[in-house]
Amino acid sequence: MASDVALPPVRDSAPVPDGRRRTTFVSGERVSRTWMVIATAVMALASIYFLVPVVWLVIAATKSTGDLFSTPGFAFADFNLLENLRALSTYQGGIFWRWGLNSIIYSVLGSALTTLVCAITGYALAVYRFRGRTALISVVLASLLVPGTVIAQPTYVLLVTLGLDNSYAGLLLPALVYPFGVLLCFIFAQSSVPLELVEAARLDGAGELRIFVAIGLRLLASGLVTVLLFAFLGSWNSYILPLLVLTDAELMPLTVGLTGWNQASITIPGLQILTVVGSLVSIIPIAIVFLSLQRFWKAGLTAGSVRG
Amino acid sequence: MSTSTATGSRRRRHGAVSPWAPYLFVAPFVVLFLLFLVAPIVVAFVNSLFSRQSSGLGFGGSSIEFVGLANFVRAFADRDFLVGFPRVLLYGAVQVPVMMTIAAFFALLFDTALVKARRFFQFTVFLPYAVPSVIAALLWGFLYQPSVSPVLQFFESIGITLSPLASTVVLWSIANVALWSLVGINMIILFSALQSVPREMYEAARIDGAGEVRTALQIKLPMIAPAVLLTTLSSIIGTLQLFNEPQVLQTITSNIPSDYTPNMAIYATSTLGKDPHLASAMAVILGLATLVVSLLVLAANKRTTNRAGHGL
Repeated sequence: MASDVALPPVRDSAPVPDGRRRTTFVSGERVSRTWMVIATAVMALASIYFLVPVVWLVIAATKSTGDLFSTPGFAFADFNLLENLRALSTYQGGIFWRWGLNSIIYSVLGSALTTLVCAITGYALAVYRFRGRTALISVVLASLLVPGTVIAQPTYVLLVTLGLDNSYAGLLLPALVYPFGVLLCFIFAQSSVPLELVEAARLDGAGELRIFVAIGLRLLASGLVTVLLFAFLGSWNSYILPLLVLTDAELMPLTVGLTGWNQASITIPGLQILTVVGSLVSIIPIAIVFLSLQRFWKAGLTAGSVRG
Repeated sequence: MSTSTATGSRRRRHGAVSPWAPYLFVAPFVVLFLLFLVAPIVVAFVNSLFSRQSSGLGFGGSSIEFVGLANFVRAFADRDFLVGFPRVLLYGAVQVPVMMTIAAFFALLFDTALVKARRFFQFTVFLPYAVPSVIAALLWGFLYQPSVSPVLQFFESIGITLSPLASTVVLWSIANVALWSLVGINMIILFSALQSVPREMYEAARIDGAGEVRTALQIKLPMIAPAVLLTTLSSIIGTLQLFNEPQVLQTITSNIPSDYTPNMAIYATSTLGKDPHLASAMAVILGLATLVVSLLVLAANKRTTNRAGHGL
């Protein structure tokens, strides 16, 4: 079952030699320069589409409410970013930062716990043979087909029954159930935790929990980054469940808070620019974290989830 | 807490593990799974069979009574709820193939050595995925309004008037937001799968004289079929659940009613309509519909599914 397959390295883009010929060589492959120009041009055009909303957001965040509507979208007007940030920090007693903190609590704490639950479950499924194992794997597979937002409404009903609605626990606990993460961990564990190693540790007298912590978690680490990031993004993006479960503005994450402002901005004009600045502020940290970690979880994706 | 190693009474080769260790390990997940995945499904089914009946003029309080399938009958009589289904199916039938084609195209392009500054372009394609979908909808919401949108103003200046919020096109404006958000992650998954195919696989094709395009379509794509299936399936499930983007865009246009998609109808019935029992019946119907569509897709991809199964 467990073959310790080495992770295939993700190739980095090789430096392109400046050739004067019509063909050039990139990492040993013969490449037509005409096609290279065309392909790069196509990607450049495509990237405009992906960048336009972000560029607009950055520029719009520096404008006053009046300039937002009266100046061209891609032109800077009077620089009001600092005023906007000050307004963002003081509006409703600085509730924006509270929402940010809530989002961080839900995503950081939630994804860490989720990853731990997924890791220990996937590890157990790969390492042990026990009654009910196959059934559990089938149930996890089947539950991938259960649409998350469809059970949001019944989950809300259940949380009300348990008295957990409108609380941190009410949002954190349901997020811990992440069957896709369990499946990924199971796949990772199968290919990266050699049973011989577990066996050797056992012979040395180590307990099962200790083997999991010292060997399992360590060998799974690169794959767990993938699960962690997906779980993190899942809770960071989460919208319908907090929308249903939370009535207390103090407990809301950024997504619910900002869309609430957007809704209210129809009647409160100053809110529009706060929504814009708030969106920008909420995107920046996650974009940095996510993109700086991408080589880890890209390697994780390659290693386990989707091999042919 | 450590479950100390059992004595070596049994055959060590197969692990002299204390028999309850694996159960302790999977227990947290199983408990949470039962509580927050199985129980809600059960709650939805049970709730859908009951209804709150208010007596008299509503002064005498109300009671919850068993009504059998009455809520389902009401849901199926609700035209606004039903009309959401063909709408999201149409949306999915267009959005998913377009998105997957673009994602596969980018992934295949990045897998060749043809694109310069590959890292930068991958970054730009992927960046939107780091933006929460409701924030993405907020952003595009601004770009869809003629008063603030530089894009619409640009097209206006060259004589093209676009109105992305008009009732006939608003569905595709929603699809655009989802496309913008999700091409990146699908591209990355497919690209990662391509990168894990041994390069030697392509050597034979090259010796046989196959060009980049033929290699891409006839060798590379089939090699990553399981990844394509996985991403397509999750995209299809996603479209049936469509909620975030239309719910946010709803605030800037009257062309998205509160029951525009099945999921929005469930939300509206539960919160605005204050009828959680009817909403539960609708949730059950939507869940079953999603299941049927997913199984149809799986059946249609039987052959690739088998290969994916081996991959697992």
